[in-house]
Amino acid sequence: MIHDFGIVWSERALLLSGFANTAILSALSAVVALLLGCILTPALMSKHQAVSGAARVFVDGMRCVPFLLLAYIVYYGLPSLGIRFDNWTSGLAALIIYNAAYMAEILRGAWVVQPREPIEAGVAFGFSEIKLFRRIILPPLLLSAGPVLGNQMIQIVKDSAFLTIIAIPELTHAASSIQSRHYVPFAAFITAVFLYWGLCLVIEAGVSSVGRVAEARR
Amino acid sequence: MAQLVLDVAGISKRYGDVEVLRDVSFQVGKGETVCVLGPSGSGKSTLLRCINWLERPDAGQIYLNGAQVGITGGGLVMGDRDLSRIRTRIGMVFQHFALWPHLTVLQNLMEAPVQVQKRDKAEVRDEALALLAKVGLSEKRDSFPAKLSGGQKQRVGIARALAMRPDLLLFDEPTSALDPELVGEVLVVMRDLARDGMTMVIVTHEMGFAREAATRVLFLDHGRAVETGSPERFFSNPETERARQFLQRYAGDAAGGRR
Repeated sequence: MIHDFGIVWSERALLLSGFANTAILSALSAVVALLLGCILTPALMSKHQAVSGAARVFVDGMRCVPFLLLAYIVYYGLPSLGIRFDNWTSGLAALIIYNAAYMAEILRGAWVVQPREPIEAGVAFGFSEIKLFRRIILPPLLLSAGPVLGNQMIQIVKDSAFLTIIAIPELTHAASSIQSRHYVPFAAFITAVFLYWGLCLVIEAGVSSVGRVAEARR
Repeated sequence: MAQLVLDVAGISKRYGDVEVLRDVSFQVGKGETVCVLGPSGSGKSTLLRCINWLERPDAGQIYLNGAQVGITGGGLVMGDRDLSRIRTRIGMVFQHFALWPHLTVLQNLMEAPVQVQKRDKAEVRDEALALLAKVGLSEKRDSFPAKLSGGQKQRVGIARALAMRPDLLLFDEPTSALDPELVGEVLVVMRDLARDGMTMVIVTHEMGFAREAATRVLFLDHGRAVETGSPERFFSNPETERARQFLQRYAGDAAGGRR
């Protein structure tokens, strides 16, 4: 068993590059998904039914599709419509649009339980539209939804493992290569698990620092 | 009357079958403090919220310094941009304070002047600090609203409205959400503003304050402006039976030790 981990250690360069790719994929898609979610949220809350209806269809649609299937569709399905992306672009796009829907839904949930008066004060003080959302509505949403958003980022890290099926050299892909090359499945996969866990700890640390900021304002 | 600041002409508002305001008209001159009184559900808050178009009136006109609120010169309903330009000239103080929870006290005061009015940040900051001193909260400038008492929150609410340099200040039951022992500190600030000649419309249940600080009283009942006049006359010798009953009930409450 120790010997197996020795083999994994000898392949550390491969494993670390997989880890780095997972971290990059996750960080990039978390940030962009959150930004898109922030744009999608006011659409979900829009008074115009066409806008809120379209946003609702997208969000509910995404939440009902298994991520693996979405990744298949983007990478294998779209080329038959003449839209072709490389595996990295496909994987990132799938992670982003899938999680943007969740982010938007999380923020919407936080919005509906916010007190109405501070937002109304924003309107009374001359804020409107984008500036009202960005300066008055959104900041308390991000603070109060912090833990749930963090949870979703952990979900992104785990979803990124599916991208091994479109041959993105991320952490699961690296662990899988090592185990098939040397036949050390337990050591290879357990090592990957700990690396995923480390990534999640970093996210947890981020969430708790947002939590401290929120606590000072509560 | 001094120079006219606010002219409310025949405002009506209904929610479904309920007529909340019926043809309400009144005027406010520069430096006046008009207290809007009336039983719960008489439409006082709705009237106030129609003035800056937080609620859109169904009929009637509102003029601020001669310019119509909510309707363009062409007779169309104003877009957000025009409305927000007018709203920056009307300060508002809310029943539940409505401070922005993610900003410190000082940031609450500076937010709209800097972001909406686009005024110079350093100048706004100096003015905001002076306003905090005026309401006695200089030492709280870096606190978040959640850490303040209700009375302190409302004084910040007033300072925040003043930071906009408004032509008119609206108060929507500013002391109703406060514990009785905190009401006084807020009324002191409002009384000072009245004395300084700030133009104000105040919806309140504080009869003592209205009697003493108002230049004029407007009594609403079932959405109608039933009576208007000087506080001396209204409180000592109301013209209508409805006003008389209303005042008697308040006197009864006061005698019973309730607010």
